[in-house]
Amino acid sequence: MEQLYQRDIYGQTLVELGRTNKNIVVLDADLSGSTRTSLFAKEFPERFFNFGVAEQNMMAAASGFASCGKTVFVSTFAMFATGRAWDQVRNTICYNNFNIKIVASHSGITVGPDGSSHQALEDVALMRVIPNMNIIVPCDGPQTRDAVLAAVNTPGPFYIRLGRPKIATVENKPEFKFGQAQVLTEGKDLTIIACGIMVGEALVAARNLLAKGIKARVINMHTIRPLDTVTILKAAGETRGLVVCEEHTVIGGLASSIDEAVAENHPIKTVRVGIKNRFGQSGEPADLLKEYNLTSHDIEKAALVCVNTECK
Amino acid sequence: MLILNFELCYLNLKMQYSDTQIKQLEEKAKQIRRLIIQMLAKAGSGHPGGSLSSADLITALYFAVLRHNPKQLDSPSRDRFHMSKGHCCPLWYAALAESGYFPAEELWSLRQLGSILQGHSDRRTPGVDVASGSLGQGLSVALGMCLAAKIDKKDYRVYCLMGDGEIQEGNIWEAAMAAAHYKCDNLCGILDYNGFQIDGRTKDIMDLEPVVAKWQAFGWHTIEIDGHNMREILSAYAEAKTIKGKPTIIIARTIKGKGVSFMENVVDFHGRAPTQEEAERALKELE
Repeated sequence: MEQLYQRDIYGQTLVELGRTNKNIVVLDADLSGSTRTSLFAKEFPERFFNFGVAEQNMMAAASGFASCGKTVFVSTFAMFATGRAWDQVRNTICYNNFNIKIVASHSGITVGPDGSSHQALEDVALMRVIPNMNIIVPCDGPQTRDAVLAAVNTPGPFYIRLGRPKIATVENKPEFKFGQAQVLTEGKDLTIIACGIMVGEALVAARNLLAKGIKARVINMHTIRPLDTVTILKAAGETRGLVVCEEHTVIGGLASSIDEAVAENHPIKTVRVGIKNRFGQSGEPADLLKEYNLTSHDIEKAALVCVNTECK
Repeated sequence: MLILNFELCYLNLKMQYSDTQIKQLEEKAKQIRRLIIQMLAKAGSGHPGGSLSSADLITALYFAVLRHNPKQLDSPSRDRFHMSKGHCCPLWYAALAESGYFPAEELWSLRQLGSILQGHSDRRTPGVDVASGSLGQGLSVALGMCLAAKIDKKDYRVYCLMGDGEIQEGNIWEAAMAAAHYKCDNLCGILDYNGFQIDGRTKDIMDLEPVVAKWQAFGWHTIEIDGHNMREILSAYAEAKTIKGKPTIIIARTIKGKGVSFMENVVDFHGRAPTQEEAERALKELE
């Protein structure tokens, strides 16, 4: 199975876009090697600006560029993009509804050995509450390119969440459409909704459930804002419960988005697979996924809870 | 020799404005101050102190320095102004209305529901490119505009007004470092150094001194002026244009509430609007 770094795809896509779109500028805060904006910097040094270790300045400066008509890509680790510079993102990027694309790497627990300070587990929640912000969490390498193209072709601010490790490519996905979830497997017993690296885990869980006679619908909810409520409510109507999986706190992210959508329109049992009110810690990504109950096995268990305790 | 040349140049800069021009600008500043008082009295809330202290600086900028055209809001080559201390927007709104960006009647809708004039400046006001209000971010915004000019090979200049209390924000110094690093000589910062912030005197709350040395240490060219002397203000803007390879900051010593005797150096008027009675008294002084 093909394994890719989302960051590699991001850097390559930026270079590809930079060749035809002279309006693109790229900003980074001393992490250009890690985020791979260094690829763009090498090819288009006059349109790349390193801000040093100063994320607040970078985010607010992005608005200065955008006010002059630039399409601005801004990259650093997810923790610093969303946490350190939240006020700048809210007041100076989103409030102005500027054409600024924040593409953050090193999200989630799979940052690994660097530990808690570098593991953004709340970034989607932080970005989701700000009006005008669009959010994409691509599930693999190729989808990272789809996400970046969608962002560049859609006016307004974006948050694109990327991970640190290589990710196995999810095969046979339907065509990517921004704002439209991808149904990866059909099923009537329950629905597993996932984003990012949890999509691959969800597919493994679905295969294991099938062996037990349970048919799970798996949905890749790559776009978290605007949320595809049509696909969610269809699943809520046609299956017996929802399992929502994210490499993120269960508070405020994908699970909350889904809960809000169904609570208002079609109340149904949901079970959340995510990080439960804990900080991260050092460790290898695979061990951390086990420690924080983010494996296909955990999804399978949640699915069984879901089908066995249906809401009346 | 270099110093002599520079001094000659400086003298030339000082002499290029006639007494009549200076008088006209002083009159315009008075008119702007009257509008500030009237707007705030009508709105019933807002920030007169810092609006009045920066009034001469911004009047000179809008009516003698800035290359702009209210009829061409999006002209790519226009000079930019960004008010980082967004709470002093009554001053900005008055300057924009007087310049013809929107009808003066709009000024009486300040801070009302649905108004194009928000309590802190934003993009619904014609002539405002980027919102402000959360302090410390505006110099970064100006920096982005300056770097965009470099990419586009445009010769526009970017002016950014900061409050003195505002430069206590760390974000300002991140931007200061970066502007010098990128040699943004198209950037002109303006510091309204009136010595007061909401809670009291800056020297008591969080001392800024030595403020000139700080900006110099960050790689900026500094110009110290009396921020109420129109000739000094114009000279400073002219000098800033001649500085190459580094950004310039005009550190303007000002008086909070300048122009209205009972508001001058009174910290209460940082963020309190005048009552109707106070406004009438103030307008008499500004006749």
